[in-house]
Amino acid sequence: MMNEIENGNEKIVPDLAKRKHRGPFMEVLFRLAKSPLAMFGLAIIALLVFCAIFAEVIAPYSPIKQDLMHMFETPSAAHWLGTDEFGRDILSRLIYGARVSLQVGFIAVGIALVVGGMLGAVSGYYSGWLDNSIMRVMDVLLSIPQTLLAIAIVAALGPSLMNLMIAVGISAVPTYARIVRGSVLSIRSMEFIEAARSVGSSDLRIILKHILPNSMAPIIVQSTLGVASAILNAAGLSFIGLGIQPPNPEWGAMLSGGRQYIRDYPHMTLYPGLAIMFTILALNFLGDGLRDALDPKLKR
Amino acid sequence: MDSSKPYIRVENLKKYFSTKRGMLHAVDDVSFEIKRGETLGLVGESGCGKSTLGRCLIRLLDSTSGNVLLQNKDGEGCTDVTKVSAREMKELRKRVQIVFQDPYSCLNPRLSVWELIAEPLIVNSVYRDKAAMRRRIRELMDTVGLAERLENSYPHELDGGRRQRIGIARSLALNPEFIVLDEPVSALDVCIQAQILNLLNSLQKEFNYTYVFISHNLSVVRHVSDRIAVMYLGQIVELSEYKELFTNPLHPYTQALLSAIPLAKLDVQRERIILEGDVPSPIEPPDACRFAGRCRYAQEVCRHGTPPLTEQSPGHFTACHFAGKLEG
Amino acid sequence: MTNDLMLDIRDLTIHYETDSGVVHAVEGLNLQLGRGESLGFVGETGAGKTTTALGVMRLIPNPPGKIKSGEILFEGEDLLRKSEAEMRKIRGAKIAMIFQDPMTSLNPVMTVDKQIAEMIKLHRSVSEHEALKQAGDMLELVGIRRERMHDYPHQFSGGMKQRVVIAIALACDPALLIADEPTTALDVTIQAQVLELMKKLKERFSASMILITHDLGIVADICDKVAIMYAGRVVEYADKRSLYTNPLHPYTIGLFKSVPDIDEDVDELPVIPGLMPDPMDLPAGCAFHPRCSMAEERCAKERPQMCELEPGHFVACPVRVGGRGPSPSGMLGKA
Repeated sequence: MMNEIENGNEKIVPDLAKRKHRGPFMEVLFRLAKSPLAMFGLAIIALLVFCAIFAEVIAPYSPIKQDLMHMFETPSAAHWLGTDEFGRDILSRLIYGARVSLQVGFIAVGIALVVGGMLGAVSGYYSGWLDNSIMRVMDVLLSIPQTLLAIAIVAALGPSLMNLMIAVGISAVPTYARIVRGSVLSIRSMEFIEAARSVGSSDLRIILKHILPNSMAPIIVQSTLGVASAILNAAGLSFIGLGIQPPNPEWGAMLSGGRQYIRDYPHMTLYPGLAIMFTILALNFLGDGLRDALDPKLKR
Repeated sequence: MDSSKPYIRVENLKKYFSTKRGMLHAVDDVSFEIKRGETLGLVGESGCGKSTLGRCLIRLLDSTSGNVLLQNKDGEGCTDVTKVSAREMKELRKRVQIVFQDPYSCLNPRLSVWELIAEPLIVNSVYRDKAAMRRRIRELMDTVGLAERLENSYPHELDGGRRQRIGIARSLALNPEFIVLDEPVSALDVCIQAQILNLLNSLQKEFNYTYVFISHNLSVVRHVSDRIAVMYLGQIVELSEYKELFTNPLHPYTQALLSAIPLAKLDVQRERIILEGDVPSPIEPPDACRFAGRCRYAQEVCRHGTPPLTEQSPGHFTACHFAGKLEG
Repeated sequence: MTNDLMLDIRDLTIHYETDSGVVHAVEGLNLQLGRGESLGFVGETGAGKTTTALGVMRLIPNPPGKIKSGEILFEGEDLLRKSEAEMRKIRGAKIAMIFQDPMTSLNPVMTVDKQIAEMIKLHRSVSEHEALKQAGDMLELVGIRRERMHDYPHQFSGGMKQRVVIAIALACDPALLIADEPTTALDVTIQAQVLELMKKLKERFSASMILITHDLGIVADICDKVAIMYAGRVVEYADKRSLYTNPLHPYTIGLFKSVPDIDEDVDELPVIPGLMPDPMDLPAGCAFHPRCSMAEERCAKERPQMCELEPGHFVACPVRVGGRGPSPSGMLGKA
């Protein structure tokens, strides 16, 4: 009986389901594509990733090979962005530096996301004393300035790329724990969680299949913005000498190295500074665009 | 199966929630029976505990005390739903199901129609054979009137009526015997509401489901129910066969409730009983008739002790000291 | 004749221009309301009832909403030609609106008397003291004791909050009150209280009222006239008695039949097959024809005109009107 209605209806009533048929993921991409700023951000990130992967091919010079014949050169046809105090090509160093920066940014956020996400999910799903104790530890960590915390961790572990990533990652853990906990809490009280329980789903299935996919939106946005602040943080640590050690190229370290020559050779600080600025800007544009694209309120 | 035996017997069921201001008596000492294949309507205003009661019946919530005795599949003896272990409950989940009120929030927005309907089958590992599962999902979609082409759609692409059909298909997937319908049509427009009510009705005829139909809409409850229980502040104040309840309401609350239904008719002669005030707080209620504060017939006796649910005429129970002694 | 009209909406079209297409929320709507009349505005979700009301208030969110064409004559003046400053003087003072959800239409950090007084001070030059006194009077009028005037919204129950909202709406003695599903969020017994109050106030304030609802029972209770809306258009408009005793449009008839009766047993409810049309893609001709059991070939082609089939009873259905055709005097508004 009811089929007749549905089928009869099919012929005559134009159907929402027929018109557009995209999964939630495609829908987000579709909406993201409509924001020019987000696309600009995405393009820059893509360019950076490309540079990082194919640094050997693209970079005109070696990033560490010194050339004392061409020190402090201003931009020219041979060295597009000039050379530094050891005659190293700044463009090449920037290109190789992208590799380090992106690595630091993504891996540090990855560490923060996995550790913080797990703590937050557990804390949010099993409320009570477990939640309380985890969150109090996070509160203590949050009360220490992030950079200071990172400095302390690197100082304890010793400066190296790996330790830099760990330090920056750990210092961001509380932020992610809080965000994940918050969204788990709000999703947990939704009726479809109860609906899943009513058909016999286990806790693990509910967390993995129902809660996490639905709490992705704020997490993705925060991660994008988090990559930016991790890059900035790592640059800051390198700037004060606790991050990447010379002669390896890193934007923060380059900035720091060029500092003493800033009056005579500003190009040495200008280009790494611009590289950091554009990367952060691009990531923020992308993050903002993602936030708008993921906002269910904007859904029709 | 012995038809004289009740399919479900609820005995002194209580569900209290502890709040900062004291114990909230959501369901307070409720007893009733449901026969196999019957629809029991559960009406009351928001906060009267009807949804909590529905969830306790199928153990989506653990009750504070009391029993919910569900007849075993073979018809011999019964199982106390409130006492079974988690493992037994998983088995029992296949027999008792629920349809939720809000078709907008009871479906995971990230899953497609197909995945949503498949979930109960996957979780309970019903089918090893993929093709058999596919056939079953198609069959379910057909049963509830969802066209096959919708299987890859997502809930947000569908209207409220179709979403509710998905919810119904999910609850039917495991071949249950007993379904709690928690305000299944409240969020829907009248035309869609009528379609869903007809669907539920035809499903019951076909599969002999036992329903508990929870709603605040009295005309809808009258349409679907065989018997109706009226709840007020966690207690059943009146329970009767549906026609009897509407023609001869005995409890003053039921009378007021019935007179408050806006009727889409002109020239209906009826006395409007306008209740004063609001429903009192369910937190630590006094041991008295819960309705006494708003009742126009309340006497001193009503303020001492809760009136028991007693049988006034065959099958017509009410919890009022003056039932039958009041003129409508 | 026209002077008696409080509100005369002519050929109003409101669209929402979204990324995925144009939503035809209101499509060539005509509606008239006399002084002191109360009109029940009935339709399903998405029929365009609230959009019409927001259009009258000039509160359509823009973007994406846009009033494409039409006139809204309020006391003879076209509201669509008013400046925003002029509209601000009209809103609240001459046209007041009650929203569906009393929980969200009150400011949670302001006592209720201040919220009413704010409204009064906005439109009348009275002292703070006088405004607060009037606020207390309004609260008493809607059945809230004066002692409670300094309470915050969260200290009131849902029904009481809706009373406060009504008090705010009536504070400046508006000529037109638009109530958008005022009792939908309330329980039946509380709904009965609020409806009783609205009936009482209607007599006392002699304001015109538009009551937006999906419940034909509420309309039967407190309205004089009824307009049935479907897919952005009014399909039937009549005084209550005529519409309830003799509904003419097939949609209206289907709507009445879909509601379960409390006196009669039916095994299966008569349903209108199918769904509301997608407002982005309305069917040509009569928007109801794909679901209509009486549809004829012409229904898919021509857009039906409102015709006066009986005195004061207008219906937009060519089949119902039959060969009679629209009588010139019977046209509601312009084509």
